[in-house]
Amino acid sequence: MTLISSSIGRKVAMALSGIFLVVFLTQHFSINLLSIFSKSLFNQVSHFMGNNPIVQFILQPILILGVLFHFTMGFILELQNSKSRSSKYSSYKGRANATWMSRNMILSGIVILSFLALHFYDFWVPEMNYKYVEVLPLDANRYYEELVHKFENPIRVGIYVLSFIFLSLHLLHGFASSFQSVGVNNKYSKTIKKIATGFSIIVPIGFVFIALFHHLK
Amino acid sequence: MNLTLKVWRQANKSAKGKIETYQIKEISPDMSFLEMMDVLNEQLMLEQIDPIAFDHDCREGICGMCSMFINGEAHGPDRLVTTCQLHMRKFKDGDTITIEPFRAKAFPVIKDLTVDRSSFDRVQQAGGFVSVNTSGNTQDANAIPIDKHDADKAFDAATCIGCGACVATCKNASAMLFVSAKVSQYALLPQGKVEATDRVLNMVKQMDEEGFGNCTNTGACEVECPKGISLENIARMNREYLFASLKG
Amino acid sequence: MKKVKIRYRENSNGTSSIRLNYFHGYEIVKGKKKAKRSIKTLPFHLVTNPVTKEDIKQNESYKKEAHKIAESWEKSLLPSESFLKDNSFTKNTMFKLDSKIPEGPVTQKWTNHKGKINLVSPANKRLIDIIVVGTGLAGASASATLAELGYNVKTFCFQDSPRRAHSIAAQGGINAAKNYQGDGDSTYRLFYDTIKGGDYRSREANVHRLAEVSTNIIDQCVAQGVPFARDYGGLLDNRSFGGVLVSRTFYAKGQTGQQLLLGAYSAMNRQIGRGKIKMYNRHEMMDIVLVDGKARGIIARNLVDGKIERHGAHAVVIASGGYGNVFFLSTNAMGSNVSAGWKIHKKGAYFANPCFTQIHPTCIPVSGDHQSKLTLMSESLRNDGRIWVPKNIEDSKAIREGRLKPTEILEENRDYYLERRYPAFGNLVPRDVASRAAKERCDAGFGVNKTGEAVYLDFASSIIRYGKEQAHVKGLDENDSVLVKKLGQDVVRAKYGNLFQMYEKIVDQNPYETPMMIYPAVHYTMGGVWVDYNLMTSIPGCYAIGEANFSDHGANRLGASALMQGLADGYFVLPYTIGDYLSDDIRTGPIDTELPEFEKAESTVKAQLEAFISNNGTQSVDYYHRKLGKIMWDKCGMSRNEKGLKDAIIEIKELREDFYKNVNVPGRTDEFNEQLAKAGRVADFLELGELFAKDALERSESCGGHFREESQTPEGEALRDDENFTFVSAWEFKGAPSKAKLHKEELKYEEIEVKTRSYK
Repeated sequence: MTLISSSIGRKVAMALSGIFLVVFLTQHFSINLLSIFSKSLFNQVSHFMGNNPIVQFILQPILILGVLFHFTMGFILELQNSKSRSSKYSSYKGRANATWMSRNMILSGIVILSFLALHFYDFWVPEMNYKYVEVLPLDANRYYEELVHKFENPIRVGIYVLSFIFLSLHLLHGFASSFQSVGVNNKYSKTIKKIATGFSIIVPIGFVFIALFHHLK
Repeated sequence: MNLTLKVWRQANKSAKGKIETYQIKEISPDMSFLEMMDVLNEQLMLEQIDPIAFDHDCREGICGMCSMFINGEAHGPDRLVTTCQLHMRKFKDGDTITIEPFRAKAFPVIKDLTVDRSSFDRVQQAGGFVSVNTSGNTQDANAIPIDKHDADKAFDAATCIGCGACVATCKNASAMLFVSAKVSQYALLPQGKVEATDRVLNMVKQMDEEGFGNCTNTGACEVECPKGISLENIARMNREYLFASLKG
Repeated sequence: MKKVKIRYRENSNGTSSIRLNYFHGYEIVKGKKKAKRSIKTLPFHLVTNPVTKEDIKQNESYKKEAHKIAESWEKSLLPSESFLKDNSFTKNTMFKLDSKIPEGPVTQKWTNHKGKINLVSPANKRLIDIIVVGTGLAGASASATLAELGYNVKTFCFQDSPRRAHSIAAQGGINAAKNYQGDGDSTYRLFYDTIKGGDYRSREANVHRLAEVSTNIIDQCVAQGVPFARDYGGLLDNRSFGGVLVSRTFYAKGQTGQQLLLGAYSAMNRQIGRGKIKMYNRHEMMDIVLVDGKARGIIARNLVDGKIERHGAHAVVIASGGYGNVFFLSTNAMGSNVSAGWKIHKKGAYFANPCFTQIHPTCIPVSGDHQSKLTLMSESLRNDGRIWVPKNIEDSKAIREGRLKPTEILEENRDYYLERRYPAFGNLVPRDVASRAAKERCDAGFGVNKTGEAVYLDFASSIIRYGKEQAHVKGLDENDSVLVKKLGQDVVRAKYGNLFQMYEKIVDQNPYETPMMIYPAVHYTMGGVWVDYNLMTSIPGCYAIGEANFSDHGANRLGASALMQGLADGYFVLPYTIGDYLSDDIRTGPIDTELPEFEKAESTVKAQLEAFISNNGTQSVDYYHRKLGKIMWDKCGMSRNEKGLKDAIIEIKELREDFYKNVNVPGRTDEFNEQLAKAGRVADFLELGELFAKDALERSESCGGHFREESQTPEGEALRDDENFTFVSAWEFKGAPSKAKLHKEELKYEEIEVKTRSYK
């Protein structure tokens, strides 16, 4: 229990939940990417994800818990950290020694959280409604249409793009940093950093590309 | 050089402080920052103003006592130096310089720019040592050969001067770099490994109790550290801590 | 048995404390007559309602004991009452200068002595309090060891943490006769080198002891996790230092002092964590308190809130370092001061050889009037750096005027004056010799910076030598000068990187490309409080260790020996020898800080502080400190003569009088007040400076760091006068520095033949 109440324990927890979310993001991205290449394949995979009991009743709750944990802990730590310096500097040159991303994880985090709310409202709520509340008949081919439909509104696409820019900023610090948090800092760290940076830029751009692809099509 | 100085003045721990502005003239670029402060204090005394209290001692960058936050950075704009090694040639004629104390909940202000860093001592007292008696009846110094790379790394970690720049500069006022430097030094040496588990648990516990913030890996501490202590040490401490807590 | 009464007081656990009540007479408090008493609680308890025979027997014996103590206490208090009325400081007129060197051959003295001295049993150590003032190598190591042995230790430092003490700034290394290099080192050789380096003015028995325990220090420090430099085989590496022909110096890059101090600090932290040391940070010792002629505590000022505190103990250890700051500009820290040593001197401790000061040859030259302190470049640089000035005086002039660069001067036009004058030791002659040689060249007009007070320390040839070596090892082209230079610079960077960086930050020149400029500066004081073989001063129960005492370095200290002495005193000598004295104190019980002696010392301290604050002067404390420093440097510096010293005595006295009249100390006494703290320290320097000059005047020979112009060989080397000056000058305070009385401790050399020191 000391592990989770200590500063290092919490930091490790943040890192592990973060890495878990990155894994989820990768999976989400791969499925979305299918929508560009093949409508049927996308429908197939989506249908599988939406109806497989393991995904639905084990992985999905874990994911939701993971997201909730990452955010809650993030807020708790932020609150604690703000208390550790009660009288503020009148002049503080943060940019001289640390990146904007690393100093504003809470800001990028909040933007991503707001986006998630919208995203849940857009996809997850109707999906839950469809399956478990109204219990409508199974339709293995509805997913692609729903996706394309959502990307018709330019404002929504705009919000989507902006959110992914923030996700990229969040990942640019968070991904590589999570390795440091769990104690990995060695000769491989430079490579890890490069891979993490690549991921943090390519994946969000990919999401944005998919959105724009469907919007402009 | 002529300069405008904005200096934090606070009469004592409980008083409310504020920034005061002073003008200072004919400063030589070869002066160290603290020598400039000496000149300012001489000037203030002539004007019947209470001189500015600031910590300083060795003035060669090793004791770790000087502790100013200059223009938004711990130990000022230069890298790998303490305030006493910062020279006025790093500033320009006509500059305005803001000077504040190191700020953190765990570093309460004593007066003006002087802060109380005894929280660092208490963290060290919690485990920053090897429990060996000073009897001299230990084994021969060369009895255990130590890999040169490990010895060098331990030395690099051990060069920490305990000035608190890492805490002052961290946006979360976290003391991880300081604590990890000590943990690393001993973790890397066979003499220190014996009680590594207890050490890291106790020191981190004390660190948390002192009210330092959490590390968010911004890396600012490493940049501002006058001795260039590496973030690698923090990773090592995280690792040590994880294993130690799992071990129980 | 009239004044001391025995009282019993019941405790809740069925025992009774025994208290002694000393009646001082009556005093009027708020119009009411009240009895004035000192109370002393004895460290053993009676069983309140004894039932068993054993309890009754024990009670009887305790009561007897209490009577005995009461009697002796009464005896001790009565004369001290009369002493209080007497204003002279010279309580210890009866003290006879006795170095207490044990009998036997020098190699056996320490072993025999350790075997014979009295010890305090572990149970009784708990009843004894010791005060340690200062947390440098000596103070920190002593505190840790004493606490480990079981004593209750109270440690004081004026900085915000014990880790700040100035031992931290020592760069080069620490000597030990380990002979790991197999180059013929031994305890005897270290002993011999130290005596010779000290120009035959140190105490033989002490130095041999130092050499004996030197090897323990390294074992101890490694066990504590001090990261010394190692070679690729994982074993400890050594380097060579000035004045010796072997490599016996252990080091941790250029930060050996820091690593050793942090080691001692960690040992202290362990004891603080266990509650055996009570640490008082930001506290300054203001005076020592003597009760019945014995050291029984100190008066300290809390620098944060200005409160004056009384602290009682059975022994007081002074480990407050040297007094180099009497010169204002020195390599000492800004706060380093003589006050603790001077205060005990004024209460009866003799001050020995105050004029023995070490001027270190490799410091960064003064850049202007604003200078607040000087920075040392480790002596280890002389391992690889070559010292020179131009051969032609025109070249020096051109350099001073900025018309010529040092790198433009051809090899044949350079004067490597140390290699020329001292071919055997070359650039590694002892510090005093190197310093004087630099001064000689600069005085002759060959100096190379704007003020003409600097010489070059050049690494160019080492860089090439190392570069070629590396190129050879790596199988690269040895004739590629760019490559060789780069490889060589890497080697030099690995060895001295932090020093080069420090130089560049201060001077704004790159020492890899252009030679460093250096000049001698005050660095260490061999003189200090006189102590006997047990490290006890002439005040019973008051000890002095580390740089604060005078004992081991004679008239000149060899490089890397200060760290050795500090740790030897603190870890391995004092903890043994202090037991000899304290074994008589196991029944004393806690020291009562309500005693009139404490009262008096406290009021004197308060009066002095008030006097500073209420003085309506105009000049700052630093103004006087700078002036004193100038007098000291000009007249008591690297070379001294009769006229200069006589002038200095008068000038310092006048300056002191002016100081008390015209100094301006702002603020209040009951707050954090740096100027007030500084005023007290400078006041003591102003007295010490005079004694310093007086001592230098008295010693009309040249020896080690003390160079009298009247006493030199035709070649300008120091000329000792063994017939008249083979003694330690121990000065007794008699009311003023000018009235100080000289006591001579004859130095006898049994093991070593006294010779003229030659490094040629």
